[in-house]
Amino acid sequence: MADSERSGLGVFFANLKEAPQRVLRSLFRSGPPATDRSRSSFVFDNVFLHIHAVRTHRWSLRWATTWGLGVASAAAFLIALATGVLLMFYYKPYPEVAYDSIKDIHFVVPTGRFIRNLHRWAANVMVVVVFLHMARTFYTAGYRSPREFNWLIGLGLLVTTLGLSFTGYLLPWDQLAYWAITIGANIAQSPQELTDAVGITEYFDPGGLQRELLLGSDVVGADALIRFYLLHVMVLPLLFVALLAAHIWRVRKDGGLARPADADDRLGPPPPDTYPVFTETPQKTYHLAAIVEGRTPAVDQSPENTVPSMPHLFYAEMGVLMVTLLVCLLLALSFDAPLKELANPMVPENPAKAPWYFLGLQELVAYSAFMGGVGIPTLVIIGLGLIPYLDRETRGTGEWFGGPGGGRLVWHSTVIGLAAAVGIAAFAIYFGWLREWFPDIPQLVITFVNPGTILAAFYAAYSLYLVRRYNSTRAGALGLFTCFLCGFVVLTVIGWYFRGPNWDFYWSPADWPAH
Amino acid sequence: MNTRTRPASATAKRSRLDPEPLPRRDWIGISAVAAAAGSLLFALLGILRLPKPAVFASPSKTFNVTLPEGLALGQPYIPPGRAVMLVRDEEGVFALSTVCTHLGCLVRPAPDGYECPCHGSRFAPDGAILKGPAPRGLPWLQIDGSGGTYLVDEGVEVPVGTRASL
Repeated sequence: MADSERSGLGVFFANLKEAPQRVLRSLFRSGPPATDRSRSSFVFDNVFLHIHAVRTHRWSLRWATTWGLGVASAAAFLIALATGVLLMFYYKPYPEVAYDSIKDIHFVVPTGRFIRNLHRWAANVMVVVVFLHMARTFYTAGYRSPREFNWLIGLGLLVTTLGLSFTGYLLPWDQLAYWAITIGANIAQSPQELTDAVGITEYFDPGGLQRELLLGSDVVGADALIRFYLLHVMVLPLLFVALLAAHIWRVRKDGGLARPADADDRLGPPPPDTYPVFTETPQKTYHLAAIVEGRTPAVDQSPENTVPSMPHLFYAEMGVLMVTLLVCLLLALSFDAPLKELANPMVPENPAKAPWYFLGLQELVAYSAFMGGVGIPTLVIIGLGLIPYLDRETRGTGEWFGGPGGGRLVWHSTVIGLAAAVGIAAFAIYFGWLREWFPDIPQLVITFVNPGTILAAFYAAYSLYLVRRYNSTRAGALGLFTCFLCGFVVLTVIGWYFRGPNWDFYWSPADWPAH
Repeated sequence: MNTRTRPASATAKRSRLDPEPLPRRDWIGISAVAAAAGSLLFALLGILRLPKPAVFASPSKTFNVTLPEGLALGQPYIPPGRAVMLVRDEEGVFALSTVCTHLGCLVRPAPDGYECPCHGSRFAPDGAILKGPAPRGLPWLQIDGSGGTYLVDEGVEVPVGTRASL
């Protein structure tokens, strides 16, 4: 109406004047998140936020429910992602120049040293926090139905996290990197220990194929470096982001975090400033149930103990992100990422130690390459994946150490798990193992009977005993998980502190012979 | 579909949300999906073919080596830059790989044979295994020639006891 009276130019300038406001309105379509309604729109109108639910149960927001570990691992990943992209400005993935470019980043590039330290510490923090996050989910029985599949996605994220760390380990092309990758590639080849023993390597050689695919050659060289680089900066991060999105989205689809059936009673009435979900009785009900399967946060329970995710959940997540960033910053400012001498294919590092989270495995491969590097890790992953499908109980869901036996059982299992791991390791260190007693013994015997397999078998037997004694799969799982955690810690500490040149045992690194 | 050809009881119970498990017209759809899945699987195999290298860009595994003058019997000689050691004994000269059969570190001569720095495997002077975790002894490698100059092929393993003449 008014437009017809104004000249075309007048309309044009009026629109130009309005443009900034209109851009803002199209950007923040639902207005400021002030009411419950606009807070909901804030979440589900945003493609990135809507992998979260619009409302969050108050139980999920207690610190003791999660300790923020899941968000912290995602935060560490984001820090590693940002710093990683920055490092790619200068890093050159070719053997002749890779080491020099890392040195440039460390000594020449403005803030390069700080960014590299931050990248390295974010990666380490991520590994620690991912392990803790898995332990938290396990001990609060958060994997139970309907969250089984999300537990599997979580396992995928754990493996991808370790893959990201391991592939990053080679890139500096120093002595540490070169020999760790040589060992890693030969672990990939170690199924040959089995195929050799039965004499079929010539016809069927999965180990050799794995090594070949990993290295792109028969030696650790330029082909291996570019492959590890590709995995580290492209393949694994993409996989990780995809899995992470599915992981967080499934938390929402599975009805929020696991909580006890009586969580509402324990929490008490909601704080006075919390608005109920339905302020008036709805006039209409929509039968979504027919087309949407699964749970929403409101199924089976009163929705009144939920609060809007904006701001309650998002502010908490922002807080965890800031704490994670602070921890990584302090570590990066205090400790430099290591860089050893240029890789020398003729002189192995002595001792050649893997990154700390693989030292437990390195301790195991010091008995049998196949069992320690492939067999036992595969069994552990399969066992972890099976837990939610075997434990169909409901007692103790959402509670720390919930389930028959509870904290007492976990305490006993800790003692037994530590004692067994220390015992078998001490025996093997003090007395040696089969090869030293019978040099001609077939390798197949050692592959299946070594300290690693005996320890794993003992843990499994103890777990079955717990299943029988408590008449509960959850009790067995609690025992087994605790034992494996203890075994992991004991072996990692031995590999990290007590192993010196020639992988011999020393009470302290100060006792190492001059070499 | 023509419902009149079916018994009334079979159609009456079904609702829109609980359809017949597999209507006949879906057969074409299912075969299309199966064909697509088959093609993608085949394509995946083709994709996996690419990362498997056809040739290795590593240096030649065959090389000439001249033993230094005055090399003592039983004392291993490691040619520079090679993961091989040549040992002379009373019966002739043999070549041993220095790559540990455990996880690929390079073994070093020790007073009574060889030892691996990475996980402590130990080998006898003829490469036989003395202490784990290595699963087997050091491989003997192909060696030809005589009179102090030899042609060694790192890539070819030969039976234990294969020696070149002195």
